[in-house]
Amino acid sequence: MSAGVDEQEQANPGVQRGPGNDLRLVSLSKQFGAFTAVNDLTLTVPAGSFFALLGPSGCGKTTTLRMVAGLEAPTAGDIFLGGQDVTRLRPYKRPVNTVFQNYALFPHLSVAENVAFGLKRRGRKKVDAEVARLLDLVELGDRGRRRPQELSGGQQQRVALARALINEPEVLLLDEPLGALDLKLRRQMQIELKRIQTEVGLTFVHVTHDQEEAMTMADTVAVMNAGVIEQMGPPGELYDNPATTFVANFLGQSNLVAGHVTRMRDDLVEVDVEGTTVLASRTRSHADSGAVWVGVRPEKVFLDSSGQTRDHGINVVRAGRICDVSYTGVSTQYLVRMPWGQELTVFEQNTGARELFRVGACVDLGWRAEHTFVLDAAQDAHAGVEYEDLGT
Amino acid sequence: MTATLVRAGRWVTGHLVMFVALLVLFYMFLPIMVVVLMSFDDTADVAYQFNGFTLANWSDPCSSYGMCDAVAKSLQIGLLATVGATLLGTLMAFAMARHHFRGRSIANVGIFLPMASPEIVMGSSLLALFVSAGFAGQLGFATILIAHIMFCLSFVVVAVKARLSGMDNGLEQAAMDLYANEWQTFWRVTFPLVFPGIVGAALLAFSLSFDDYIITNLVAGQSQTFPMYVWGVSRREIPPQINVIGTAMLLVSILVVVMAEVVRRGRNRA
Ligand SMILES: Nc1ncnc2c1ncn2[C@@H]1O[C@H](COP(=O)(O)OP(=O)(O)O)[C@@H](O)[C@H]1O
Ligand SMILES: [Mg+2]
Repeated sequence: MSAGVDEQEQANPGVQRGPGNDLRLVSLSKQFGAFTAVNDLTLTVPAGSFFALLGPSGCGKTTTLRMVAGLEAPTAGDIFLGGQDVTRLRPYKRPVNTVFQNYALFPHLSVAENVAFGLKRRGRKKVDAEVARLLDLVELGDRGRRRPQELSGGQQQRVALARALINEPEVLLLDEPLGALDLKLRRQMQIELKRIQTEVGLTFVHVTHDQEEAMTMADTVAVMNAGVIEQMGPPGELYDNPATTFVANFLGQSNLVAGHVTRMRDDLVEVDVEGTTVLASRTRSHADSGAVWVGVRPEKVFLDSSGQTRDHGINVVRAGRICDVSYTGVSTQYLVRMPWGQELTVFEQNTGARELFRVGACVDLGWRAEHTFVLDAAQDAHAGVEYEDLGT
Repeated sequence: MTATLVRAGRWVTGHLVMFVALLVLFYMFLPIMVVVLMSFDDTADVAYQFNGFTLANWSDPCSSYGMCDAVAKSLQIGLLATVGATLLGTLMAFAMARHHFRGRSIANVGIFLPMASPEIVMGSSLLALFVSAGFAGQLGFATILIAHIMFCLSFVVVAVKARLSGMDNGLEQAAMDLYANEWQTFWRVTFPLVFPGIVGAALLAFSLSFDDYIITNLVAGQSQTFPMYVWGVSRREIPPQINVIGTAMLLVSILVVVMAEVVRRGRNRA
C-alpha cells in the first residue's frame, strides 16, 4: 500500500488554471431511464461570480452539479470551462471541487488529513501551513486532529467547505452547503462564504432551495423547476420582474389576478381586471394579448379606506373587505377579499402613521403601475406556491 | 428486620440482570477454563481429572507422539487457505458489490449455497470429485487446501460484501472530486475503509480452516490435521498437551483482539 501509491502521487495534468474561465452549460440533459432530471439546460456562469441555482427539492439541482463535477455523465449536451470542452473529462482532471450535500468526509482520516487530501493528490508535499490557514478560516483551528464523526453537523459542513476551498478550484460547487446549520450559524456562514468568494475571486455555483439565501448571496440567480431554468438574472430583477408564475410564487409571494389585455400603448399595457383598467410597464409584460395574469408583490400594495385613491400612474382596485389581519411586529399582513371572491395579500410596514385596519373594514387597494407585472395566463397561477414553506 | 430483608430483596432484583449475565458468561467460559486448567495437569494416574499442578506439558508440548506434526500441518493449511480465500473472496465481493453484470443476483444466492449445505454432504461430494478425477492416490495436503479455500470463500465474500455495501460510494466520488485518480481512490479511500472487513474475514477463514474436521477427514488421505489427531487419540485418552495447544490458541486470539482494540483507540486519539 505504500510504494506503489506514492509513485502514483503525481500532479494531475488538468485544465490550465487562469482567470476568465466562464463555466458554460450547453443544452445539457440528463435522463435516468425514462425520467428526465435535467432538460436541455443552457446557462453561462461568468468567471468570478457567485451564481445561485434555486429550486424546490427534486428539480435537478444536484444532478446538474454532479454533471459539472464529472460524477454523472450527461445524456446530451456539453460543458465548457473557459474554452475547453470538459464534458467527458474524468472528475479528477477538472479544476472543480464540490461541497457535497451530505459532506462525504473521509471517516478514516482526521479533519486535517481530510482538508489536505486534494493538495496531496496533486503532489504538494508541504501542506500543514495551508491546512491550518483553512481550518482557521472556518473556525476549526483546534479540531484538526479529530475525526470528522466526532464533530457536530455544522462543524462537519465547515470541514467539507475547507476541504474544497483549499484547492482554489476554478469553480466551487456548493450543494446546499448550509442546510444542516441553525439559522444563526447559517446567516453567519452566508456572510463568511460571500466574503471568501469575493476575497479569492473564485466562481461559486451555489445550490439551494432557500430563496432568501439565494437572493442575499448571489450575483445571479437561476430559478430551476422540473429540470429546466425558468428564469435567470440578478436577484432584484427576478423579484421585481418575474417572467413566469413559478418564479413569481417561488421567489417571495405574489398576488396574481386574472385579466385580459385591452390596449397596447407606447410603453404601457392596459389590462382589464374585473371591470377596472390596470396599467403595467411593457418591460414587465411577458404577454401582450388575450388572457393574462396581472401580478403585484404584497408589500407594493397600499390600503386606503377613504374611497378617494386616484392618482396618476397608480392602479386602484376598489371595495375590498379585510378578512384577516396578522400582526407580526415589524409589519402587518392583511388578507383582503375582493368583490370577485379572490383573496389578495397585502404587507404593510407598521410605521404608526395610522391605525391598523380591522377585519371587516372596506378598503381600496392601490399600487404603482411600474410595480405591476403581466404573465401569460396559460400558466398555473399556483405554480411554485406549495414550496414556499420549504424556504428559510 | 423486615426492612433489611426488603432492602436486600430490592438489591437482588435491581442486580438481577447482572447475575444472569454472569451466569451465562460462566456457562460460556467453563469449557475454556477447563482447557486452561487441564493444560497444567499432571496425568500420572487418571485422565480427565485434575491430579496435580505441573509445567511439564508446557515445557515439552511435542512429547505426545505425532501431535506437533498435526498442529504444524493445520497451521500451514490454515494460513494458506486464509490467504487464498481472502484474496479470491475480496475480489469476488468487490465485483458483486460494485459491478452490475448479468447473473449478479444468481451469484448472490449461489454464494450462500456452500454455507448452507451440510459439511458431510460437501465433504463426501468433494471426495467423489477428487477420486473420479483420478486423484485417489494423491489425497492429502493439496486436496485439503483446495477444500478449505472452497468452504472459506463464501464466508469471506459475505463478510467483505457486508462492509462494502455499508459503505457509501459517495466517499469514492469525493476522492475523485479531490483529484485522486482511480488507483489513488482505491488505495487511499476504498481499501482503508474495507480493510477491517477483510481482516475480520481472514480471521474467520483461519478459524474455520483450523478446526474443520468433517470435510478434512474425508479428503485427507493419509495426512493428519490437528482436529483429526485429537479425534484419533480421544478414543483412548486425551493427552494434556492438547490442552496446551488449546490454551496457546486462546492466548493468541486474545492477543489479536487486544491489539485490534489498541490500534482502534490509538487511531481515534490521534
Ligand atoms: N441516480 C439516479 N437514478 C434515478 N433517478 C435519480 C437519480 N439521481 C437523481 N434522480 C432523480 O432526479 C430528480 C432530480 O434529483 P436531484 O438532482 O437530486 O434534485 P435536487 O438536488 O434538485 O433536489 C429527482 O426526482 C431524483 O429522484
Ligand atoms: Mg439535491
